[in-house]
Amino acid sequence: MKLLRELIGNLVEFIGAVGALALFFGRLLGQLPAAVARFGLVVHQVYNAGALSLVIIMICGLFVGMVLGVQGYQLLERFGSEDALGTGAALGLLRELGPVITALLFAGRAGTALASEIGLMRATDQLTAMEMMAVDPIRRVVAPRFLGGVIAMPLLAMVFISIGIFGVWLMGVEQLGVDGANFWSQMRSSVEVQDVREGFIKAAVFGVACSLIAVYEGYTAIPTAEGVGRATTRTVVISAVMTLMLDFMLTVVML
Amino acid sequence: MRSTHTIEISTGLFVLLGFAALFFLVTQITNRELSINGNGYQVEARFENIGSLKPGAAVSMAGVTVGRVDSITFDQDIYKAVVRMQINSAYNRIPSDSDASIMTAGLLGGQYVGITAGGSTEFLKNGDRIELVQDALVLENLINQLVATFSSRSSESEDSGKSEKAEEAK
Repeated sequence: MKLLRELIGNLVEFIGAVGALALFFGRLLGQLPAAVARFGLVVHQVYNAGALSLVIIMICGLFVGMVLGVQGYQLLERFGSEDALGTGAALGLLRELGPVITALLFAGRAGTALASEIGLMRATDQLTAMEMMAVDPIRRVVAPRFLGGVIAMPLLAMVFISIGIFGVWLMGVEQLGVDGANFWSQMRSSVEVQDVREGFIKAAVFGVACSLIAVYEGYTAIPTAEGVGRATTRTVVISAVMTLMLDFMLTVVML
Repeated sequence: MRSTHTIEISTGLFVLLGFAALFFLVTQITNRELSINGNGYQVEARFENIGSLKPGAAVSMAGVTVGRVDSITFDQDIYKAVVRMQINSAYNRIPSDSDASIMTAGLLGGQYVGITAGGSTEFLKNGDRIELVQDALVLENLINQLVATFSSRSSESEDSGKSEKAEEAK
């Protein structure tokens, strides 16, 4: 009986959290035009979320591509169709690996930075101070950070995919001896613009989800050192789960 | 002031790199080629059966790609598939009596249009039609024909066997 009551309590809490997130998202969307008007702030956040994540994205993209190259070659060689390596790797990167891994890295690199920054502002009463001065912290602090993340994420994913394909080429063609011309021509003949669009849409959706979760967790963090730490952890965990769930749904919808 | 300047420059670099990557993916990885109109000329050919030929497939002569299939439509008056091809303007001396056939790259590869040069001294120009065509080899039809031939042959031999026996009996 006690267990049941606890369970129902948890469920109500969860529903409440979803509702709070939705309301927060609504408030955030209302403040977006104001954030666009002060574009300098957004540019700064694109720098924080995008330019600073670039190195880790490029390194990871290269290694994911190289692993795909080696693994794909081992598999395709059995069927004597190693020329299809380019096609398989490019489609895999465009449709799934690129957007998903970029989103996970983005949550780890930029999402945590956002959450802890806003959480610390909350803990040190900076947000309250803004409210006292009649400055809406959602407009001044949260909206530019959210928008910066949303802009940066698809671009990061595109960089990741490009570098990944370069990694596949590096391993497959340069190291393992797949014919370079067949590699590119087979890739070109079977990858459609639609696949690029699909990857881009996925990356954009993940960008919205991860940025929203990061700023929400930071904004609602318990204003203690422990609370900020917990908010950062929750950002990564929830972002990762949301990314994978959304990925499944988007794949089903778009295929 | 200097630090904001650095931030703007590196943000700009990041955004440009992102768009460069997107451009690379759209133009280099996919089969969408940026076709500039007027760079080349169009010819058409009419086929009974195009198999699984798709717009964008290669048009090749002697194995070299000289153009792309632009559009495929079905003409209801003659009940044939009309294939329009965009040929690169560099290849402007293709004899007008050349023949076009639909071929398959490899056993399981995609289909393309192969052009074999004829002997005419006149050359194909924009809007011309290639009259000599050879349809796509549809593997299923081929197998059907093969099965049909074999079964008719085996029934023939059975028939002849029976008649021989009948003669012996007589």
